[in-house]
Amino acid sequence: MSEAVRELPGGETLLAVQDLRVSFATEQGQARVLDGVNFDIGRGEVVGLVGESGCGKTTLARAILGVLPANAASIDAGSILFRGEPLLTLPVEYVADTIRGRRITFIPQDPFASFNPLFRVASQIDELMKWKSPRAEAGRRHGLWSLFARYPRARRAADRASVVDLLRKVQIPQPESAIAKLPHEFSGGQRQRLMIAMSLLPDPDLIIADEPTTALDVTIQAQILKLLRALVKERGISVLFTTHDMGTAHEICDRITVMYAGQEMETAPTAEFFARPAHPYTAKLLESLPRPGHEIQEIGGEIPALIDAPGGCRFHPRCDRASEVCARERPPARAVGHAHTVRCHHPLVALES
Amino acid sequence: MNALTQQAVAGGMRDDAHGADVLLEVRDLRQYFAVRNAWGRRTGWVRALDDVSFAVRPGETLGIVGESGCGKSTLAKTLMGIHPPMGGEMLFEGRDVSRLSARERRAFAPRLQYVYQDPGASLDPRWKIRRSLHEPLVIHTGLDRAAREERVQRILQAVGLPRTHLDLYPHELSGGQQRRVGLARILTLQPTMVILDEPTSGLDVSVQATVLKLFASLQREFALTYMFISHDLSVVRMMCDRMGVMYLGRIVEIGDTRRVFEQPRHPYTRSLLAAIPQIGGARVTDSFALEGEPPDPQDLPSGCRFRTRCPLAVERCARVDPALREVDGRLIACEVVGT
Repeated sequence: MSEAVRELPGGETLLAVQDLRVSFATEQGQARVLDGVNFDIGRGEVVGLVGESGCGKTTLARAILGVLPANAASIDAGSILFRGEPLLTLPVEYVADTIRGRRITFIPQDPFASFNPLFRVASQIDELMKWKSPRAEAGRRHGLWSLFARYPRARRAADRASVVDLLRKVQIPQPESAIAKLPHEFSGGQRQRLMIAMSLLPDPDLIIADEPTTALDVTIQAQILKLLRALVKERGISVLFTTHDMGTAHEICDRITVMYAGQEMETAPTAEFFARPAHPYTAKLLESLPRPGHEIQEIGGEIPALIDAPGGCRFHPRCDRASEVCARERPPARAVGHAHTVRCHHPLVALES
Repeated sequence: MNALTQQAVAGGMRDDAHGADVLLEVRDLRQYFAVRNAWGRRTGWVRALDDVSFAVRPGETLGIVGESGCGKSTLAKTLMGIHPPMGGEMLFEGRDVSRLSARERRAFAPRLQYVYQDPGASLDPRWKIRRSLHEPLVIHTGLDRAAREERVQRILQAVGLPRTHLDLYPHELSGGQQRRVGLARILTLQPTMVILDEPTSGLDVSVQATVLKLFASLQREFALTYMFISHDLSVVRMMCDRMGVMYLGRIVEIGDTRRVFEQPRHPYTRSLLAAIPQIGGARVTDSFALEGEPPDPQDLPSGCRFRTRCPLAVERCARVDPALREVDGRLIACEVVGT
């Protein structure tokens, strides 16, 4: 398979998250949901963000999209650089207009909840293309004025042709007539194919996919993963793929970052991640997977509450390699192999000098 | 084994439990649901279970796998008597339990129990754990208070909860502990067989590992027989002695878990197993070939139900609806493979 490479500003790194700290106000106090996360995605790379529920992977994805709930979440520190631009300090209208939905698109977990059940798929795709088609000029009107915006007829025809073309690529049968249907007339797998098509239509640089196959059966999941990987590799689009399923991450990702309780623990290329885990948490997580000829191991203890999270490395109370330094300071990221970094004072594999 | 089971053995079996003891035998179980239009007129049937036959041996774990809509939950609910079957027999310890009166069912209910996806969610939030655990015993047994309390405490210890938790309300427990209480509630009745319906779906892997270990230890301690319904094949591979694969209301392959995994024979089983990600190996999606989605259950294809997606389908498959037959030490429903 030929892999396209995009020429973009900002060099090889498409997205760089640096020391991001996000907290949520709760009745019990401030929950520090992201505690100094560093993370990056290269051009055309599919990066998996794995971890158990509550580890902060969805919060990180939302922070990148700029859709954290404004009344509860606060970004306390850190930066997000996308194509060299600082997303967190850019004007909100600029991000809404030219980045979100155009340069960065989103595939949700539940495709059914993301369609309006009362409108035909065609009109929902038209609504997207009216604003976010690659042919649409930036500088949309905001607020109530957007109601009066026109969808030029010539562009609409061109957009419709590219929609049908893409629906054919995601293997929706008879796309011309299919888009006149209502969302409930599609199966779960078909709806997720529609979502993938909609995420590709604006021709983005980055797609954020939030557990897009969790709700699907294994055979449909295999079809969707195969399709998604082929389409993004062909177009040179980067993907941030969040999942709690290690098998899915293994299937689609080039590189995997594992998170625990709001901290990133380890980043490694996929094969290396599974073959040579360096962080004790990664190793324990892999041991808890059911595999043939292998006794599963539990991770002792429970995930900490983020309101009063342990200091230093947040995994230290459950870790059997932990020492006194682990409770005091969070280890820096250190290299243990090619593109393989770990944040642990006592990693399972030797450090690279 | 008791006299009832002896009868079942004497009655002869047409399934794959070759000559062994049988705890539960299901013969030609059929469950159709009517599809009605806006005027209440029947426009068709969904054939959720169509002549399903299998047997469960005492002490084993039988896995039932399949994708959504294949009928695995309908099977569990029919076995529990939530909807009476339209046809077929269910012999539990040699007795047909498919058409029991409410009174007869109550006498039989403690022997066969059902665990929901989240057993903790079925606890009454206004009841202390003690009351929730006593309730089944009040309904189903004539034990006095002291005897009930003694049994409750024994079970609570088995599921790994401290005695002090009896005086807490469900919201004071963590999700994992609620789950244990839900299991304890079922075990107080001392069932012989427990149906676990998707017990690990939606759990994180580390929690899943804890839950699976608990199931295994309870099975040893109370000599339980499990029917383990799941769509997660790697969990089934680890937990089950035998497994049945369902597709659109039919069992298409049933046999030893190890044998089925090592050498699946039915084309659907092959596709299903080929779709499981193999950690540490090549990407399975690079070679995955099954096209299309399951057909509309209201409008099944003629003959074999899998033929519209099957890579091996021949003209005969459209005419003959294959019955289960033995190939390589397991039963498969396919006209093409192994002939």
